[in-house]
Amino acid sequence: MYRAAVPGPVQSIERAAAILRLLAARSGRLGLVEISASLDLAKGTVHGILRTLQSVGFVEQDPTSGKYQLGAALLHLGSSYLDVNELRARALNWSDALAARTGEAVRVGTSMDSRVLIVHHVFRPDESLQTLEVGNLLPAHACALGKVLLAYGPAPTRAQASQPLEGFTRVTVVDRRALTQELGRVREQGWSQEVEEWQPGEAAVAAPIRAYGGLAVGAIEVRGAVERLCDYHRQPKTEHVTRVREAARAISRELGAARW
Amino acid sequence: MVSERFVMAVDQGTTSSRCLVFDHRGRMVAVSQREHRQYYPRPGWVEHDAMEIWRNVAKLIQHAARDAGLQASDIVGLGIANQRETTVVWDRRTGEPVGRAIVWQDTRTADLVNELARAGGANRFRSLCGLPLATYFAGPKIRWLLNETPGLRERAERGEVLFGTMETWLIWNLTGGPDGGRHVTDVTNASRTMLLNLKTLDWDLSLCEAMGIPTRMLPEVRPSIEVYGEARAVMPGLRITAALGDQQAALFGQTCFAPGEAKCTYGTGSFLLLNTGKEISHSNHGLITTPAYQIGGEAPTYALEGSIAITGSLVQWFRDGLGLISSAPEIETLARTVEDNGGCYIVPAFSGLFAPHWRSEARGVIVGLTSYITKGHLARAVLEATGWQTREVVDAMNADSGVALTTLKVDGGMTSDHLLMQFLADVLDVPVVRPLVAETVSVGAAYAAGLAVGYWADLDVLRRNWHRASQWLPAMDPRHREIEYENWQRAVERTLDWVRQPDQVQGRRARPDQ
Ligand SMILES: Nc1ncnc2c1ncn2[C@@H]1O[C@H](COP(=O)(O)OP(=O)(O)OP(=O)(O)O)[C@@H](O)[C@H]1O
Repeated sequence: MYRAAVPGPVQSIERAAAILRLLAARSGRLGLVEISASLDLAKGTVHGILRTLQSVGFVEQDPTSGKYQLGAALLHLGSSYLDVNELRARALNWSDALAARTGEAVRVGTSMDSRVLIVHHVFRPDESLQTLEVGNLLPAHACALGKVLLAYGPAPTRAQASQPLEGFTRVTVVDRRALTQELGRVREQGWSQEVEEWQPGEAAVAAPIRAYGGLAVGAIEVRGAVERLCDYHRQPKTEHVTRVREAARAISRELGAARW
Repeated sequence: MVSERFVMAVDQGTTSSRCLVFDHRGRMVAVSQREHRQYYPRPGWVEHDAMEIWRNVAKLIQHAARDAGLQASDIVGLGIANQRETTVVWDRRTGEPVGRAIVWQDTRTADLVNELARAGGANRFRSLCGLPLATYFAGPKIRWLLNETPGLRERAERGEVLFGTMETWLIWNLTGGPDGGRHVTDVTNASRTMLLNLKTLDWDLSLCEAMGIPTRMLPEVRPSIEVYGEARAVMPGLRITAALGDQQAALFGQTCFAPGEAKCTYGTGSFLLLNTGKEISHSNHGLITTPAYQIGGEAPTYALEGSIAITGSLVQWFRDGLGLISSAPEIETLARTVEDNGGCYIVPAFSGLFAPHWRSEARGVIVGLTSYITKGHLARAVLEATGWQTREVVDAMNADSGVALTTLKVDGGMTSDHLLMQFLADVLDVPVVRPLVAETVSVGAAYAAGLAVGYWADLDVLRRNWHRASQWLPAMDPRHREIEYENWQRAVERTLDWVRQPDQVQGRRARPDQ
């Protein structure tokens, strides 16, 4: 009885979801051929689904190249998709655990107007004087949280992509091409790093927090002094990377299990 | 290689049950959680299905152990913290509960409580048990069941049915149930019945008689921290080594071991507890006296408590009753759409007012409504209600102890709400501090369980595990604070004397208490 009342999965919705995920996962635009090849679907099928997605604003087609990317409606949906206060509530336990395990400060961020909004902050557990940074906005390209959000978020609009990148220290990534390359690396390895690119002496490691369907709704990082967070090659220590990714996965599981 | 061992905690709460696993440094390594159904069969009634809760807890223990990759032999002990006062009566042969559990917020015993208060006043038992007569406590709930269930009193007198709060029910089931399960409670839970003598820490026969409760149905009262037995079900061999009421567990988890240390836990309701040391101190300002914990073989430590019935549950009502938000944390988002409360105040006296007023006939009000008020203002008023209710119990505590609170240690689900935490700091005019593990109820249960078996050597080791995770500093203009507090107090006055007793409906109105 129970079974009969619940319809089985709808194939076209599954396929639409796969297309959106594909577009979300690649920051550049994708052509019809690439999409159908990636998903092993007939071009006609993919085209039909893309048209529908376009009509609801979830997908946009570039008028000159004819390539597809995630649409503005979906981005808007993204920002109201998960309330920031809800994100903090869901991240609470695992952020605490991460701070306890690493002995460093932990922050959770989400994108807001192409910057990073800090939604949660756990002090470094050493009783030193620290102030809450919740509500602060950071430039995405200069911090670990931002790089994750850029890497897994929607591709920048053309207007955004033509904005110059501001430098904050000698090593802030200010070259677009270098940034694009680094974001590609972030996607490959599943985490991002920041070594003195925002504040001298500080380093951070971040990983994506995903909600239903894999959409990255935020990022979580550990942050601390370079000499504690990095090895002598100035690379983040593996244990920190592992722990951040574990925490990110745990929070993502929590979000996926939510009643939506 | 010496393999690492862990300690497990169950937090059997009002809305959900949780099972957490901690390592030696007090860090959480696994958590599983499950909500249970709330039954509201009539206005003022709140019930739980004790069987559902037992099944949930059994599953949670297994899930948490599996997630952490642990077997019974890897776990040094299980500590249980539980919603207090919620009353279960069950058949000792079958293990079947007699009806649903009556939850602490339930007000069905109002008439009974009034009747008991008529002879001697609401404070007639206070010197013995530390509590005023109120619907909140378990004793009147047992009495109600005995009165209303045909044949139950006789069965209780014959020893066929057992009473327990949740920890008793869970320990009995874990240790074998009908097949030799241990029927025990700890001093902190026992103290919430109105039947426990605070000095002897055993059932007080005069109280049982006044309340009309056969002692045969009561569990054995034990210290909070000692080995109660081994599980025979769910995870055979797992030792149960501590039990505490959830609020006392949070006090323990916040490592408030010294007299003068206090914490407030923000969940369904909110509870401020102040450690008063080895002395029983009685309140003149509407707080209650309760054991904080007792380590096996040692003298008990006591606490003063300010219990607030409705805080998080007001947010839940805003979500489920009014449908103005779709999840609790969204209340902050909504509240931030406006600058202030717009002159609107909500006093959530849903089950009467608890500390420091203890007025069971009070009912909730929303005052200051004008056409200017939006749902954003209402959301602010909802959060502010928690702030002002805390202010009232802090004032009472300062007056009783003669020493002003200098910081407030907080925990519980509502501490993720930054607007609320800032408002708290503002209205109390002291820093508000959240510790690194927000689940302090579970931490406290785990600490207690580990302490019982020497996993942790002493209280000092535990104290070193406490770390600050967040802090909010007061920033409100003192004059503004003053005016708002006055408005709040005027709003509270408007809740009083709302529910009339039968003899008041036509005639004059008399104060129901004393
Ligand atoms: N961000 C928030 N702002 C305001 N209230 C919140 C927020 N998040 C949760 N709450 C409220 O906090 C309560 C949940 O907190 P918590 O899980 O500590 O409590 P609880 O239900 O009392 O626990 P238990 O089930 O153990 O008794 C709910 O009543 C919910 O409405």
